[in-house]
Amino acid sequence: MANKILVYIEQRNGLVKKSSFEAAKAASEIATRLSAPVEGVTVGNEIEGLTSVGGFGVEKITHFKNPDLSNYSTSAYTELISKFASENDFDILLFVNTSLGKDLAPHIAVKLGAGIAMDCIALDYTGNDIKATRPIFAGKALQELKITAPKKVFVLRPNVFNPGVSSGKRAEVTVVETAAPDLSTRVAELKKSEDKLDVAEADIIVSGGRGLKGPEHFHLVEELSEVLGAAVGASRAAVDAGWRPHEEQVGQTGKTVSPNLYIALGISGAIQHLAGMRSSKYIVAINKDKDAPIFQSADYGIVGDLFEIIPVLISELKKIKV
Amino acid sequence: MKIAVCISHVPDTAAKINIGNDGKNIDPSGVTYVVNPYDEYAIEEALKTKEKSGGETVAISLGGDANKETLRKALAMGIDEAVLLKDGGDRDSIAVSKALADEIKAQSAVLVFFGKQSVDFDNSIVGQLTAEQLGYNSVSVAVSFSLEGDKIRCEREIEGGKEVVETSLPAVITAQKGLNEPRYASLKGIMAAKKKVIIEKQPEQACNTVEIISVKKPAMKKAGKILGTDATAVPELIRLLRDEAKVI
Repeated sequence: MANKILVYIEQRNGLVKKSSFEAAKAASEIATRLSAPVEGVTVGNEIEGLTSVGGFGVEKITHFKNPDLSNYSTSAYTELISKFASENDFDILLFVNTSLGKDLAPHIAVKLGAGIAMDCIALDYTGNDIKATRPIFAGKALQELKITAPKKVFVLRPNVFNPGVSSGKRAEVTVVETAAPDLSTRVAELKKSEDKLDVAEADIIVSGGRGLKGPEHFHLVEELSEVLGAAVGASRAAVDAGWRPHEEQVGQTGKTVSPNLYIALGISGAIQHLAGMRSSKYIVAINKDKDAPIFQSADYGIVGDLFEIIPVLISELKKIKV
Repeated sequence: MKIAVCISHVPDTAAKINIGNDGKNIDPSGVTYVVNPYDEYAIEEALKTKEKSGGETVAISLGGDANKETLRKALAMGIDEAVLLKDGGDRDSIAVSKALADEIKAQSAVLVFFGKQSVDFDNSIVGQLTAEQLGYNSVSVAVSFSLEGDKIRCEREIEGGKEVVETSLPAVITAQKGLNEPRYASLKGIMAAKKKVIIEKQPEQACNTVEIISVKKPAMKKAGKILGTDATAVPELIRLLRDEAKVI
Protein backbone atom coordinates (compact mmCIF):
# COMPACT_ATOMS: atom_id res chain seq x y z
CA MET A 1 0.00 0.00 0.00
CA ALA A 2 1.25 3.42 -0.82
CA ASN A 3 1.90 5.48 2.30
CA LYS A 4 0.27 8.80 3.09
CA ILE A 5 1.55 10.95 5.91
CA LEU A 6 -0.39 13.34 8.12
CA VAL A 7 1.09 15.68 10.70
CA TYR A 8 -1.04 17.33 13.35
CA ILE A 9 -0.24 21.04 13.69
CA GLU A 10 -0.90 22.15 17.24
CA GLN A 11 -2.11 25.64 18.08
CA ARG A 12 -2.56 27.30 21.45
CA ASN A 13 -4.23 30.68 21.70
CA GLY A 14 -4.37 30.83 17.91
CA LEU A 15 -0.62 30.45 17.41
CA VAL A 16 1.19 27.49 15.87
CA LYS A 17 3.44 25.82 18.43
CA LYS A 18 7.15 25.79 17.71
CA SER A 19 7.28 22.03 18.19
CA SER A 20 4.79 21.60 15.36
CA PHE A 21 7.41 22.96 12.93
CA GLU A 22 9.73 20.22 14.21
CA ALA A 23 7.01 17.64 13.59
CA ALA A 24 6.28 19.07 10.13
CA LYS A 25 9.94 18.78 9.19
CA ALA A 26 10.11 15.20 10.53
CA ALA A 27 6.94 14.33 8.59
CA SER A 28 8.35 15.76 5.38
CA GLU A 29 11.54 13.75 5.89
CA ILE A 30 9.51 10.54 6.24
CA ALA A 31 7.59 11.55 3.12
CA THR A 32 10.79 12.00 1.13
CA ARG A 33 12.18 8.72 2.39
CA LEU A 34 9.04 6.74 1.51
CA SER A 35 8.23 8.79 -1.63
CA ALA A 36 4.86 9.49 -0.06
CA PRO A 37 2.66 12.58 0.05
CA VAL A 38 2.45 14.57 3.29
CA GLU A 39 -0.23 16.90 4.58
CA GLY A 40 -1.02 18.76 7.77
CA VAL A 41 -4.22 19.02 9.77
CA THR A 42 -5.18 21.44 12.51
CA VAL A 43 -8.21 22.25 14.63
CA GLY A 44 -8.99 25.66 16.08
CA ASN A 45 -10.64 28.99 15.40
CA GLU A 46 -8.50 31.80 13.98
CA ILE A 47 -4.92 30.51 13.67
CA GLU A 48 -1.99 32.76 12.87
CA GLY A 49 1.04 31.60 10.94
CA LEU A 50 -0.37 28.37 9.51
CA THR A 51 0.99 29.09 6.02
CA SER A 52 4.52 29.26 7.46
CA VAL A 53 4.39 25.49 8.06
CA GLY A 54 5.03 25.27 4.28
CA GLY A 55 8.61 26.33 4.92
CA PHE A 56 9.16 23.03 6.73
CA GLY A 57 7.98 20.79 3.92
CA VAL A 58 4.23 20.48 4.58
CA GLU A 59 2.55 22.48 1.88
CA LYS A 60 -1.05 21.38 2.22
CA ILE A 61 -3.01 21.92 5.43
CA THR A 62 -6.63 21.30 6.34
CA HIS A 63 -7.97 23.54 9.08
CA PHE A 64 -11.16 22.50 10.91
CA LYS A 65 -12.57 25.76 12.13
CA ASN A 66 -15.21 26.74 14.66
CA PRO A 67 -15.18 29.34 17.50
CA ASP A 68 -15.89 26.52 20.00
CA LEU A 69 -12.72 24.75 18.88
CA SER A 70 -10.23 27.46 19.84
CA ASN A 71 -9.65 25.58 23.08
CA TYR A 72 -8.90 21.87 23.16
CA SER A 73 -11.70 19.34 23.27
CA THR A 74 -10.71 15.67 23.48
CA SER A 75 -13.99 14.53 21.95
CA ALA A 76 -14.20 17.04 19.09
CA TYR A 77 -10.53 16.95 18.10
CA THR A 78 -10.54 13.13 18.18
CA GLU A 79 -13.65 12.91 16.01
CA LEU A 80 -12.51 15.44 13.40
CA ILE A 81 -8.95 14.21 12.96
CA SER A 82 -9.68 10.49 13.02
CA LYS A 83 -12.48 10.90 10.49
CA PHE A 84 -10.29 13.05 8.24
CA ALA A 85 -7.41 10.56 8.48
CA SER A 86 -9.51 7.51 7.73
CA GLU A 87 -11.51 9.09 4.88
CA ASN A 88 -8.30 10.21 3.20
CA ASP A 89 -6.35 6.98 3.85
CA PHE A 90 -3.54 8.49 5.89
CA ASP A 91 -1.54 5.65 7.43
CA ILE A 92 1.34 7.43 9.18
CA LEU A 93 0.39 10.14 11.65
CA LEU A 94 2.70 12.43 13.59
CA PHE A 95 1.95 14.37 16.77
CA VAL A 96 4.08 16.17 19.34
CA ASN A 97 4.42 14.85 22.90
CA THR A 98 2.84 17.94 24.50
CA SER A 99 0.04 17.85 27.08
CA LEU A 100 -2.39 18.08 24.17
CA GLY A 101 -0.60 15.56 21.96
CA LYS A 102 -0.34 13.03 24.78
CA ASP A 103 -4.07 13.30 25.34
CA LEU A 104 -5.18 13.33 21.71
CA ALA A 105 -2.89 10.85 19.92
CA PRO A 106 -3.95 7.71 21.88
CA HIS A 107 -7.63 8.43 21.26
CA ILE A 108 -6.96 8.71 17.54
CA ALA A 109 -4.82 5.57 17.52
CA VAL A 110 -7.72 3.52 18.93
CA LYS A 111 -10.21 5.07 16.48
CA LEU A 112 -7.95 4.18 13.55
CA GLY A 113 -6.87 0.78 14.88
CA ALA A 114 -3.29 2.04 14.71
CA GLY A 115 -0.21 1.20 16.75
CA ILE A 116 1.35 4.05 18.70
CA ALA A 117 4.84 5.09 19.81
CA MET A 118 5.00 7.86 22.39
CA ASP A 119 7.77 10.34 23.20
CA CYS A 120 10.02 9.39 20.27
CA ILE A 121 13.47 10.99 20.27
CA ALA A 122 14.66 9.51 16.96
CA LEU A 123 13.16 7.93 13.86
CA ASP A 124 15.38 5.72 11.71
CA TYR A 125 14.73 3.36 8.85
CA THR A 126 15.40 -0.19 7.87
CA GLY A 127 14.19 -0.27 4.30
CA ASN A 128 10.74 1.24 4.54
CA ASP A 129 10.28 0.25 8.19
CA ILE A 130 10.41 3.11 10.65
CA LYS A 131 12.29 2.40 13.85
CA ALA A 132 11.44 4.71 16.76
CA THR A 133 13.69 5.29 19.75
CA ARG A 134 12.08 6.35 23.00
CA PRO A 135 13.31 6.78 26.57
CA ILE A 136 11.80 4.49 29.20
CA PHE A 137 12.16 4.67 32.97
CA ALA A 138 12.42 8.44 32.43
CA GLY A 139 15.58 8.00 30.39
CA LYS A 140 17.40 5.37 32.44
CA ALA A 141 17.06 3.17 29.35
CA LEU A 142 16.19 3.54 25.68
CA GLN A 143 13.73 1.37 23.82
CA GLU A 144 13.80 0.83 20.07
CA LEU A 145 10.58 -0.34 18.51
CA LYS A 146 8.67 -0.61 15.30
CA ILE A 147 4.95 -0.44 14.84
CA THR A 148 3.64 -3.60 13.22
CA ALA A 149 0.05 -2.45 12.64
CA PRO A 150 -0.65 -1.10 9.14
CA LYS A 151 -1.51 2.33 10.58
CA LYS A 152 1.09 4.04 12.70
CA VAL A 153 1.05 6.97 15.11
CA PHE A 154 4.36 8.53 16.18
CA VAL A 155 4.40 11.15 18.92
CA LEU A 156 7.63 13.17 18.95
CA ARG A 157 9.32 14.70 21.97
CA PRO A 158 9.51 18.51 21.62
CA ASN A 159 12.87 20.24 21.20
CA VAL A 160 14.63 17.12 19.90
CA PHE A 161 13.87 17.01 16.16
CA ASN A 162 15.64 19.82 14.33
CA PRO A 163 13.25 21.83 12.14
CA GLY A 164 16.16 23.45 10.26
CA VAL A 165 15.65 26.76 8.48
CA SER A 166 12.40 27.58 6.72
CA SER A 167 12.55 27.34 2.93
CA GLY A 168 10.15 30.30 2.88
CA LYS A 169 7.45 28.33 1.04
CA ARG A 170 3.88 28.98 2.09
CA ALA A 171 1.41 26.19 2.78
CA GLU A 172 -1.94 26.15 1.05
CA VAL A 173 -4.60 26.08 3.77
CA THR A 174 -8.08 24.65 3.21
CA VAL A 175 -10.49 25.91 5.84
CA VAL A 176 -13.34 23.56 6.70
CA GLU A 177 -16.05 25.38 8.66
CA THR A 178 -17.16 22.81 11.22
CA ALA A 179 -20.73 22.86 12.45
CA ALA A 180 -21.76 21.30 15.77
CA PRO A 181 -18.53 19.59 16.89
CA ASP A 182 -18.84 16.93 19.64
CA LEU A 183 -18.09 18.91 22.79
CA SER A 184 -18.93 16.19 25.31
CA THR A 185 -15.48 16.86 26.79
CA ARG A 186 -14.45 20.47 26.50
CA VAL A 187 -12.23 23.11 28.06
CA ALA A 188 -14.46 25.65 29.77
CA GLU A 189 -11.64 27.90 30.88
CA LEU A 190 -7.89 28.36 30.57
CA LYS A 191 -5.91 29.34 33.64
CA LYS A 192 -2.45 30.67 32.94
CA SER A 193 0.21 30.56 35.62
CA GLU A 194 1.15 34.24 35.82
CA ASP A 195 3.18 34.32 32.60
CA LYS A 196 5.72 31.85 33.89
CA LEU A 197 7.69 29.97 31.29
CA ASP A 198 7.10 26.22 31.64
CA VAL A 199 10.08 23.88 32.06
CA ALA A 200 8.62 21.59 29.39
CA GLU A 201 8.88 24.33 26.77
CA ALA A 202 11.96 26.29 27.78
CA ASP A 203 15.29 26.47 25.90
CA ILE A 204 17.08 27.17 29.18
CA ILE A 205 16.16 25.87 32.64
CA VAL A 206 17.64 26.97 35.95
CA SER A 207 16.78 24.43 38.65
CA GLY A 208 17.26 24.55 42.39
CA GLY A 209 17.48 21.78 44.94
CA ARG A 210 18.03 21.11 48.58
CA GLY A 211 21.32 23.03 48.47
CA LEU A 212 19.29 26.25 48.38
CA LYS A 213 18.48 25.47 52.03
CA GLY A 214 14.98 26.97 51.97
CA PRO A 215 12.29 28.62 49.86
CA GLU A 216 13.57 32.06 50.88
CA HIS A 217 16.71 31.54 48.79
CA PHE A 218 14.96 30.61 45.56
CA HIS A 219 15.04 34.26 44.53
CA LEU A 220 18.62 33.45 43.42
CA VAL A 221 17.25 30.81 41.03
CA GLU A 222 14.55 33.19 39.85
CA GLU A 223 16.95 36.08 39.25
CA LEU A 224 19.39 33.91 37.33
CA SER A 225 16.60 32.49 35.21
CA GLU A 226 15.30 35.97 34.50
CA VAL A 227 18.68 37.17 33.19
CA LEU A 228 18.85 34.12 30.93
CA GLY A 229 15.19 34.13 29.86
CA ALA A 230 14.95 30.68 31.42
CA ALA A 231 12.26 28.68 33.18
CA VAL A 232 12.59 27.85 36.88
CA GLY A 233 12.82 24.16 37.73
CA ALA A 234 13.14 22.30 41.00
CA SER A 235 14.30 18.93 42.32
CA ARG A 236 11.91 16.53 44.00
CA ALA A 237 13.50 17.35 47.36
CA ALA A 238 12.61 21.02 46.91
CA VAL A 239 9.06 20.21 45.81
CA ASP A 240 8.41 17.61 48.51
CA ALA A 241 9.63 20.08 51.11
CA GLY A 242 6.93 22.46 49.87
CA TRP A 243 9.45 25.06 48.67
CA ARG A 244 8.26 25.00 45.05
CA PRO A 245 5.10 23.92 43.17
CA HIS A 246 4.95 20.50 41.54
CA GLU A 247 4.68 21.90 38.01
CA GLU A 248 8.34 22.95 38.33
CA GLN A 249 9.57 19.48 39.31
CA VAL A 250 12.08 17.90 36.94
CA GLY A 251 12.67 14.17 37.16
CA GLN A 252 11.00 10.79 37.01
CA THR A 253 7.91 11.87 38.96
CA GLY A 254 8.00 15.36 37.49
CA LYS A 255 8.76 16.53 33.98
CA THR A 256 11.26 15.10 31.58
CA VAL A 257 13.04 17.94 29.82
CA SER A 258 15.55 18.42 27.00
CA PRO A 259 16.51 22.11 26.96
CA ASN A 260 19.62 23.49 25.28
CA LEU A 261 21.02 24.48 28.66
CA TYR A 262 20.20 23.08 32.11
CA ILE A 263 21.72 24.74 35.14
CA ALA A 264 21.49 22.68 38.35
CA LEU A 265 22.00 24.67 41.53
CA GLY A 266 22.42 22.77 44.78
CA ILE A 267 21.08 19.59 43.21
CA SER A 268 22.98 16.43 44.08
CA GLY A 269 21.66 14.48 41.10
CA ALA A 270 19.59 11.61 42.48
CA ILE A 271 19.01 8.96 39.83
CA GLN A 272 15.38 9.97 39.41
CA HIS A 273 16.39 13.61 38.80
CA LEU A 274 19.15 12.73 36.32
CA ALA A 275 16.65 10.61 34.44
CA GLY A 276 14.48 13.66 33.82
CA MET A 277 17.16 16.06 32.56
CA ARG A 278 20.02 13.94 31.25
CA SER A 279 19.11 14.56 27.62
CA SER A 280 19.65 18.33 27.99
CA LYS A 281 22.18 19.50 25.40
CA TYR A 282 24.43 21.27 27.93
CA ILE A 283 24.40 20.83 31.69
CA VAL A 284 25.99 23.12 34.26
CA ALA A 285 26.20 22.07 37.91
CA ILE A 286 27.04 24.23 40.89
CA ASN A 287 27.25 22.27 44.11
CA LYS A 288 29.55 22.31 47.10
CA ASP A 289 29.85 18.52 47.27
CA LYS A 290 32.52 17.46 44.80
CA ASP A 291 31.22 13.87 44.90
CA ALA A 292 27.65 14.82 43.95
CA PRO A 293 26.54 12.53 41.08
CA ILE A 294 25.31 15.57 39.13
CA PHE A 295 28.96 16.31 38.18
CA GLN A 296 29.09 13.00 36.28
CA SER A 297 26.44 14.34 33.92
CA ALA A 298 27.52 17.97 33.81
CA ASP A 299 29.48 19.51 30.95
CA TYR A 300 30.70 22.31 33.21
CA GLY A 301 30.83 22.29 36.97
CA ILE A 302 31.82 24.56 39.78
CA VAL A 303 32.43 22.86 43.12
CA GLY A 304 31.67 25.61 45.58
CA ASP A 305 29.27 27.68 47.61
CA LEU A 306 26.31 28.61 45.45
CA PHE A 307 25.40 31.53 47.73
CA GLU A 308 28.70 33.12 46.76
CA ILE A 309 28.77 32.01 43.12
CA ILE A 310 25.24 32.72 41.89
CA PRO A 311 25.21 36.47 42.70
CA VAL A 312 28.48 36.87 40.77
CA LEU A 313 27.09 34.82 37.88
CA ILE A 314 23.98 37.01 37.80
CA SER A 315 25.94 40.28 37.80
CA GLU A 316 28.45 39.07 35.17
CA LEU A 317 25.61 37.91 32.92
CA LYS A 318 23.81 41.23 33.36
CA LYS A 319 26.95 43.00 32.13
CA ILE A 320 27.06 41.05 28.88
CA LYS A 321 23.30 41.11 28.32
CA VAL A 322 23.15 44.93 28.42
CA MET B 1 -22.06 3.64 41.27
CA LYS B 2 -19.13 1.36 40.62
CA ILE B 3 -15.76 3.10 40.65
CA ALA B 4 -12.73 1.32 39.21
CA VAL B 5 -9.09 2.18 39.67
CA CYS B 6 -6.46 0.66 37.39
CA ILE B 7 -3.05 0.29 38.96
CA SER B 8 0.36 -0.99 37.99
CA HIS B 9 3.31 -2.51 39.75
CA VAL B 10 6.58 -0.81 38.77
CA PRO B 11 10.24 -0.54 39.77
CA ASP B 12 10.82 2.04 42.47
CA THR B 13 12.05 5.36 41.04
CA ALA B 14 15.26 5.02 43.04
CA ALA B 15 16.04 1.72 41.29
CA LYS B 16 19.01 1.33 38.95
CA ILE B 17 17.84 -0.18 35.70
CA ASN B 18 19.84 -2.96 34.04
CA ILE B 19 19.16 -4.57 30.72
CA GLY B 20 18.04 -8.20 30.62
CA ASN B 21 19.86 -10.95 28.69
CA ASP B 22 17.38 -10.84 25.84
CA GLY B 23 18.28 -7.18 25.20
CA LYS B 24 14.61 -6.39 24.88
CA ASN B 25 13.57 -5.83 28.44
CA ILE B 26 14.98 -4.83 31.78
CA ASP B 27 16.50 -7.23 34.28
CA PRO B 28 14.11 -7.36 37.24
CA SER B 29 16.55 -9.04 39.62
CA GLY B 30 17.40 -6.94 42.66
CA VAL B 31 14.81 -4.33 41.74
CA THR B 32 12.22 -3.27 44.33
CA TYR B 33 8.73 -2.95 42.93
CA VAL B 34 6.13 -0.54 44.26
CA VAL B 35 2.67 0.77 43.46
CA ASN B 36 3.13 3.17 40.56
CA PRO B 37 3.41 6.56 42.34
CA TYR B 38 0.69 8.26 40.26
CA ASP B 39 -1.70 5.37 40.94
CA GLU B 40 -1.75 6.27 44.62
CA TYR B 41 -3.48 9.52 43.69
CA ALA B 42 -5.94 7.52 41.58
CA ILE B 43 -6.71 5.20 44.52
CA GLU B 44 -7.19 8.14 46.86
CA GLU B 45 -9.55 9.91 44.45
CA ALA B 46 -11.61 6.72 44.04
CA LEU B 47 -11.91 6.46 47.83
CA LYS B 48 -12.80 10.13 48.25
CA THR B 49 -15.42 9.90 45.53
CA LYS B 50 -16.99 6.85 47.16
CA GLU B 51 -17.02 8.61 50.53
CA LYS B 52 -18.85 11.56 48.98
CA SER B 53 -21.13 9.94 46.41
CA GLY B 54 -21.44 6.37 47.62
CA GLY B 55 -20.85 3.23 45.57
CA GLU B 56 -18.28 0.50 45.45
CA THR B 57 -14.64 0.52 44.46
CA VAL B 58 -12.61 -2.08 42.62
CA ALA B 59 -8.89 -2.08 41.87
CA ILE B 60 -7.73 -3.78 38.67
CA SER B 61 -4.17 -4.68 37.81
CA LEU B 62 -2.76 -6.60 34.87
CA GLY B 63 0.36 -8.69 35.30
CA GLY B 64 1.81 -11.57 37.28
CA ASP B 65 1.40 -12.72 40.87
CA ALA B 66 3.77 -9.99 42.03
CA ASN B 67 1.05 -7.44 41.26
CA LYS B 68 -0.96 -8.86 44.17
CA GLU B 69 1.28 -6.86 46.48
CA THR B 70 0.17 -3.65 44.80
CA LEU B 71 -3.49 -4.76 44.85
CA ARG B 72 -3.18 -5.52 48.59
CA LYS B 73 -1.92 -2.01 49.14
CA ALA B 74 -5.03 -0.64 47.40
CA LEU B 75 -7.23 -2.87 49.57
CA ALA B 76 -5.38 -1.74 52.68
CA MET B 77 -6.05 1.89 51.74
CA GLY B 78 -9.75 1.04 51.61
CA ILE B 79 -10.62 -0.23 48.12
CA ASP B 80 -13.44 -2.82 48.34
CA GLU B 81 -12.40 -5.43 45.79
CA ALA B 82 -9.33 -6.38 43.78
CA VAL B 83 -9.03 -8.11 40.42
CA LEU B 84 -5.79 -9.45 38.98
CA LEU B 85 -5.82 -9.93 35.22
CA LYS B 86 -3.17 -12.61 34.91
CA ASP B 87 -0.84 -11.96 32.06
CA GLY B 88 2.71 -12.81 31.09
CA GLY B 89 3.56 -9.18 30.61
CA ASP B 90 4.57 -8.53 27.05
CA ARG B 91 1.44 -6.69 26.05
CA ASP B 92 1.83 -3.25 24.52
CA SER B 93 -0.27 -0.31 25.75
CA ILE B 94 -3.11 -0.99 23.34
CA ALA B 95 -3.34 -4.67 24.26
CA VAL B 96 -3.31 -3.68 27.96
CA SER B 97 -6.11 -1.19 27.37
CA LYS B 98 -8.25 -3.86 25.70
CA ALA B 99 -7.95 -6.19 28.69
CA LEU B 100 -8.68 -3.37 31.14
CA ALA B 101 -11.66 -2.17 29.09
CA ASP B 102 -13.14 -5.69 29.08
CA GLU B 103 -12.86 -5.93 32.85
CA ILE B 104 -14.25 -2.40 33.43
CA LYS B 105 -17.22 -3.38 31.26
CA ALA B 106 -17.67 -6.63 33.20
CA GLN B 107 -17.63 -4.61 36.42
CA SER B 108 -20.09 -2.04 34.98
CA ALA B 109 -17.83 0.69 36.36
CA VAL B 110 -18.83 4.13 35.10
CA LEU B 111 -16.03 6.12 36.70
CA VAL B 112 -12.45 4.93 36.28
CA PHE B 113 -9.27 6.38 37.72
CA PHE B 114 -5.73 5.74 36.45
CA GLY B 115 -2.38 7.26 37.32
CA LYS B 116 -1.43 9.66 34.52
CA GLN B 117 1.50 7.46 33.57
CA SER B 118 3.33 4.48 34.91
CA VAL B 119 6.94 5.25 35.69
CA ASP B 120 8.29 2.20 33.87
CA PHE B 121 7.47 2.54 30.19
CA ASP B 122 6.28 6.14 30.47
CA ASN B 123 3.77 5.97 27.64
CA SER B 124 1.20 7.98 29.60
CA ILE B 125 -1.61 6.74 27.35
CA VAL B 126 -3.25 3.65 28.87
CA GLY B 127 -6.04 5.70 30.52
CA GLN B 128 -6.90 7.50 27.27
CA LEU B 129 -6.68 4.28 25.23
CA THR B 130 -8.98 2.48 27.68
CA ALA B 131 -11.49 5.36 27.58
CA GLU B 132 -11.58 5.19 23.80
CA GLN B 133 -11.98 1.38 23.83
CA LEU B 134 -14.98 1.86 26.13
CA GLY B 135 -16.40 4.92 24.40
CA TYR B 136 -16.11 6.79 27.73
CA ASN B 137 -15.25 10.46 28.12
CA SER B 138 -11.77 11.13 29.40
CA VAL B 139 -9.65 13.74 31.10
CA SER B 140 -5.92 13.16 31.50
CA VAL B 141 -3.40 14.65 33.95
CA ALA B 142 -6.07 15.87 36.39
CA VAL B 143 -5.00 17.99 39.37
CA SER B 144 -8.55 18.50 40.60
CA PHE B 145 -11.76 16.51 40.24
CA SER B 146 -15.35 17.07 41.22
CA LEU B 147 -18.53 15.14 40.49
CA GLU B 148 -22.05 16.59 40.78
CA GLY B 149 -24.73 14.19 39.58
CA ASP B 150 -23.16 12.90 36.38
CA LYS B 151 -21.31 16.17 35.64
CA ILE B 152 -17.54 16.19 36.01
CA ARG B 153 -15.29 19.19 36.36
CA CYS B 154 -11.53 18.76 36.39
CA GLU B 155 -8.47 20.88 36.11
CA ARG B 156 -5.76 19.37 33.97
CA GLU B 157 -2.17 20.49 33.96
CA ILE B 158 -0.84 21.86 30.68
CA GLU B 159 2.31 23.76 29.73
CA GLY B 160 2.29 27.04 31.62
CA GLY B 161 -1.13 26.66 33.23
CA LYS B 162 -4.28 24.61 33.62
CA GLU B 163 -7.34 23.78 31.58
CA VAL B 164 -10.69 23.58 33.34
CA VAL B 165 -12.39 20.64 31.64
CA GLU B 166 -16.08 19.79 31.78
CA THR B 167 -17.46 16.40 30.86
CA SER B 168 -19.83 13.77 32.21
CA LEU B 169 -20.06 10.12 33.24
CA PRO B 170 -19.12 7.55 32.14
CA ALA B 171 -15.54 8.75 32.25
CA VAL B 172 -11.88 7.88 32.71
CA ILE B 173 -9.74 10.31 34.73
CA THR B 174 -5.95 10.07 34.92
CA ALA B 175 -4.38 11.44 38.08
CA GLN B 176 -1.44 13.81 38.37
CA LYS B 177 0.52 14.54 41.55
CA GLY B 178 -1.31 17.36 43.34
CA LEU B 179 -4.78 15.87 42.84
CA ASN B 180 -4.92 14.89 46.52
CA GLU B 181 -2.81 13.59 49.42
CA PRO B 182 -2.97 9.78 49.35
CA ARG B 183 -3.88 8.38 52.77
CA TYR B 184 -1.75 5.92 54.65
CA ALA B 185 -3.20 2.46 55.13
CA SER B 186 -4.34 2.01 58.72
CA LEU B 187 -3.30 -1.08 60.67
CA LYS B 188 -6.92 -2.17 60.58
CA GLY B 189 -6.95 -1.68 56.82
CA ILE B 190 -3.78 -3.72 56.41
CA MET B 191 -5.19 -6.57 58.52
CA ALA B 192 -8.49 -6.51 56.62
CA ALA B 193 -6.67 -6.49 53.27
CA LYS B 194 -4.83 -9.67 54.20
CA LYS B 195 -8.12 -11.50 54.57
CA LYS B 196 -9.64 -10.32 51.33
CA VAL B 197 -9.58 -12.53 48.26
CA ILE B 198 -7.94 -11.16 45.13
CA ILE B 199 -10.06 -12.33 42.22
CA GLU B 200 -7.93 -13.77 39.44
CA LYS B 201 -9.07 -13.69 35.85
CA GLN B 202 -7.60 -14.62 32.51
CA PRO B 203 -7.87 -11.70 30.09
CA GLU B 204 -8.59 -12.37 26.44
CA GLN B 205 -5.54 -12.48 24.19
CA ALA B 206 -4.89 -9.37 22.12
CA CYS B 207 -2.38 -8.80 19.34
CA ASN B 208 0.40 -6.34 19.95
CA THR B 209 0.74 -3.50 17.47
CA VAL B 210 4.35 -2.73 18.29
CA GLU B 211 7.43 -4.90 18.35
CA ILE B 212 10.33 -4.14 20.67
CA ILE B 213 13.61 -4.29 18.76
CA SER B 214 15.94 -3.59 21.65
CA VAL B 215 16.34 -1.96 25.03
CA LYS B 216 19.68 -0.40 25.91
CA LYS B 217 21.32 2.01 28.28
CA PRO B 218 21.79 5.56 27.03
CA ALA B 219 25.34 6.50 26.09
CA MET B 220 27.14 7.84 29.14
CA LYS B 221 28.27 11.38 28.88
CA LYS B 222 31.97 12.07 29.43
CA ALA B 223 32.38 13.67 32.81
CA GLY B 224 32.63 17.39 32.25
CA LYS B 225 35.12 20.05 33.20
CA ILE B 226 35.31 21.30 36.75
CA LEU B 227 36.04 24.98 36.33
CA GLY B 228 36.89 25.93 39.88
CA THR B 229 35.82 26.04 43.49
CA ASP B 230 34.53 29.60 43.89
CA ALA B 231 33.18 32.65 42.08
CA THR B 232 36.45 33.22 40.23
CA ALA B 233 35.36 30.41 37.90
CA VAL B 234 32.34 32.41 36.74
CA PRO B 235 33.99 34.30 33.80
CA GLU B 236 35.32 31.03 32.40
CA LEU B 237 31.88 29.43 32.73
CA ILE B 238 30.28 32.31 30.84
CA ARG B 239 32.97 32.15 28.15
CA LEU B 240 32.40 28.42 27.62
CA LEU B 241 28.62 28.81 27.48
CA ARG B 242 28.96 31.56 24.88
CA ASP B 243 31.87 30.38 22.74
CA GLU B 244 31.98 26.60 23.10
CA ALA B 245 28.39 25.58 23.82
CA LYS B 246 26.85 28.65 22.15
CA VAL B 247 23.77 28.41 24.34
CA ILE B 248 23.64 31.92 25.78
